[in-house]
Amino acid sequence: MNLGQHAGFIVAAYGVAVIVVTALIGWIAADYRRQTRTLRRLEASGITRRSAAIAPAAGTAPSRAAP
Amino acid sequence: MTLTELANPTRFLALVARLMPWLTAATALLLIAGLYQTFAVAPDDYQQGATVKIMFLHVPFAWLAMFGWAIMSISALGTLVWRHPLADVSAKAAAPIGAAFTFLCLVTGALWGRPMWGTYWEWDARLTSVLILFLMYLGVMALWRAVEDPSRAARAAAVFTLVGAINLPIIKFSVDWWNTLHQPASVLRLGGPTIHMSILAPLMVMALAFSLMFVTLHLAAMRNEILRRRIRTLHLMQAAAPRAG
Repeated sequence: MNLGQHAGFIVAAYGVAVIVVTALIGWIAADYRRQTRTLRRLEASGITRRSAAIAPAAGTAPSRAAP
Repeated sequence: MTLTELANPTRFLALVARLMPWLTAATALLLIAGLYQTFAVAPDDYQQGATVKIMFLHVPFAWLAMFGWAIMSISALGTLVWRHPLADVSAKAAAPIGAAFTFLCLVTGALWGRPMWGTYWEWDARLTSVLILFLMYLGVMALWRAVEDPSRAARAAAVFTLVGAINLPIIKFSVDWWNTLHQPASVLRLGGPTIHMSILAPLMVMALAFSLMFVTLHLAAMRNEILRRRIRTLHLMQAAAPRAG
């Protein structure tokens, strides 16, 4: 493949695109892992939202009810 | 499933979980097809030479830079007019993705401009209005971070977004309204595209691939924001629990 006399500009454009898109995907994926980990930790400590607590424990009072 | 039904975040998260693998796979396949066409099939342009390959990135990024703000504007209406519970989640999630695509539009445009125009940058109407769009993205992201209460931040960001939406027609028609270095529209125009099919086909595949990528990332970022708000609620409950007891 011959990219001609301006190959440097073409490679730079695709290189920057790969870096920025990869960083964006990585940031969103890392944020998802961080949020799910924090949520699990809080729920494991007995703090649950009311809507989440009622469904699995119908008829029993949740330890702490969320608004 | 209607927009009203999607107002339930739990139902929305379930839908995202079902869609995500399909959207990711479709994006990857389209991107592979687009890159194959770009580097193995598409001919060099008779004037630009191989530099036309930068256009297969730059044009989709330019469209998606505006698409991002359009999504935020519709979401802003959802926040202010319809008070849809996920509208501000959508607006907040779209901002960094739109900013990233606008940044890429500016950088790839500069890297194309240097060999073709002889300059990385020119203060003409199209380039300047896109730079303003990028600064507006940074502004709205700063606004989200500056106001702690999400509902107050959402209203302030919605007003900012709707005022900023006036920049979208300015970007689109800047090449018609002013005498600019940037070429006029050659794809989305009355009378059809002026580009030969051998160049247009890879351009459209790449545009579809990046559009799907934008949608996928937007849904993923919305999911993150919903989880973040649940955590915030739980932290508030945790802080209030000893006093309540």
